[in-house]
Amino acid sequence: MLEVDGVSKRYGDVLACDDVSFGVRPGELFGFVGGNGAGKTTTMRVVLGVVTPDAGSVRWSGHPVDHPTRRRFGYLPEERGLYPRMRVLDQLVYLAELHGADVNAAHRAAEHWAARLGLREHRDTEVQRLSLGNQQRVQLAAALVHDPVLLVLDEPFSGLDPLAVDVLAEVLRERAAAGVPVLFSSHQLDLVERLCDRVGIIQAGRLVACGSVSRLRAGAGSTLVVDAPLAPAGWADRLPGVTVLDVHNGQTRLRVRPGTDDQPILAAALATGPVRGFTHHHPSLAELYRDVVGVGSR
Amino acid sequence: MTPRRTVWLVARRELRTRLRARSFLVGTAVSIAVLVVFILMESTVFGGERVTRVGLSGQAAAIAEPLTEEARARGLEVRVSTVRDPAAGESQITDGDLDALVTGTPAALHVVVDESLDENLRRALNTLVQREVLRAQLASVEDLDPDQVLATVADSTVDVRSLRAPDPTHDERLAMALVIVALLYLSLLLYGTMVAQGVVEEKSSRVVEILLATVRPWELLAGKVVGLGLVGLAQLTVVGGVGTVLAVVTGVLTIPGAALGTLLWGLLWYLLGYLFYATVFAAAGSLVSRQEETQSVLLPITSVLVLAFVLGFGLLTRAPNASATAVLSVLPPFAPILLPGRMALGVATGWQVMVAVVLMVGAVGGLTWLAGRIYAGAVLRTGPRLPLRDALRKS
Repeated sequence: MLEVDGVSKRYGDVLACDDVSFGVRPGELFGFVGGNGAGKTTTMRVVLGVVTPDAGSVRWSGHPVDHPTRRRFGYLPEERGLYPRMRVLDQLVYLAELHGADVNAAHRAAEHWAARLGLREHRDTEVQRLSLGNQQRVQLAAALVHDPVLLVLDEPFSGLDPLAVDVLAEVLRERAAAGVPVLFSSHQLDLVERLCDRVGIIQAGRLVACGSVSRLRAGAGSTLVVDAPLAPAGWADRLPGVTVLDVHNGQTRLRVRPGTDDQPILAAALATGPVRGFTHHHPSLAELYRDVVGVGSR
Repeated sequence: MTPRRTVWLVARRELRTRLRARSFLVGTAVSIAVLVVFILMESTVFGGERVTRVGLSGQAAAIAEPLTEEARARGLEVRVSTVRDPAAGESQITDGDLDALVTGTPAALHVVVDESLDENLRRALNTLVQREVLRAQLASVEDLDPDQVLATVADSTVDVRSLRAPDPTHDERLAMALVIVALLYLSLLLYGTMVAQGVVEEKSSRVVEILLATVRPWELLAGKVVGLGLVGLAQLTVVGGVGTVLAVVTGVLTIPGAALGTLLWGLLWYLLGYLFYATVFAAAGSLVSRQEETQSVLLPITSVLVLAFVLGFGLLTRAPNASATAVLSVLPPFAPILLPGRMALGVATGWQVMVAVVLMVGAVGGLTWLAGRIYAGAVLRTGPRLPLRDALRKS
């Protein structure tokens, strides 16, 4: 189990992380969501010991993370980087060995992950000669090649084609099933929603929401789509417990706070004319995210 | 996994990458070729012109102008100076600040030299003496016996005294000294720069972030320095070994023992000098994020190396014994280039070598610590060139 406890880090005037605390359990896929510069990368770099926090600590199985433990972590940094003139397989073997694998195990693992991530034909190609997408696959293989006990992946899906996205999603699920805590960040919220057991939303360095998507939903009420074609603009603005999300083709999407009675809403809609549809939806993670970070309520 | 294994893994990658590279083979071949040409041209290279410094004491001061002219007629550039105290002049010769000290009257000149008197200078001085003697004979004798006059004149030559026994192998030693100075200069510059470029490559390609999530900064730095150092050592050994064998076989060098000694000392000083410079190169490299900025950040360090090389060539040919040369050759930034040269000439004393080694080891220890701190503080910070002050602050 990975525990991030009260981590703070300041760069000059910018508070990149402000008392960030969360945990990732064995076998859990934890999605890290937030805007650019929100503090995801800094938090991950703190976990990997690449950045020393000003305050707080990172624990693994209850103990502060030390160097030998960190060596068994797998890391995909935001700024991708490999030796440009090294061949794919050599690079993977080298990294596996640096992580403590013996020569034979390193070769086996390098071959395995190269094949798994569709790089078999590029094994002996210099990294700089690969397409960006394939370089990204090598980078992923580099994070996986030493059979890590924890995966920390910063934007692992960016730059991948749809097939590679599927392969990676499968790999992550498989690693989690093997008991490995997986922490990854992404801007593809649908993907996060689909994959993750739990989600942490970070904004301006603070973890503003953390929990399973369904728990986040429970606190957020529901999305109500009202199909009232004749309703004038602003018909729902005064209703208690209701926020208008958008109006499109006569359909008004409303965010209804938990515990709000929806019958007065229906009555208000009927007062404008015919109502052809009145449906509750679970808000998507994207909608929840906008709620939490306070934008998108137009 | 032990730090030693980590360092070795990093070093092994450097070794494999560099030894496999064609540039290594080409570089080694070119170095050997240059050395061969140098050996073949050896005699002409050292016959080069230079100024001979002659000190004149007492009545001998009168010959300043004729001596300069006579010497010039023989193709020898002479710079004369007046020496008040002959004893002081002798110590100047020992120190290499003077080439010859001339005392006595113009008709009976005495010359003091370090090892041997330059033949052209000897002839110039003899001419002056004989002219003076002839003048005296012509002036004093009434009934002149031409044969006797000629005999007297012919017998009048300059009296030469050497402070040290002449060393017939001096030219060979000088050649060895200059070769080892050049080889050390090139090796230190080349492999020091490679360390810096390697650091910048890892930084600019961002690979350093996944490396440092696994290994400690000092392990990465040590591995890189050790790996490249071994490549450089291998190259220097091959080039130096081939050069030595070739020079002995072709008869250019007749002192194989001294040649081997020069090579071995050269290798030791390469190691010391490399450790001294490589860590500084690495720290400098860690301050920048792009290959284009490497040259400018390395300039102060390469300047010191160039200075040591230029000083080495100048001082070893002119004044290997001068006290200034001795002091410089003991100081850490210059010792790895100057001292092996002076040792090849056989002019470095045992205690000088000892002091130099002690100073060097101390400097390497201090610099490694400092450079390690700069490197650890700077290597993960990308962007514009980092001021040294920021690098030293803990990240």
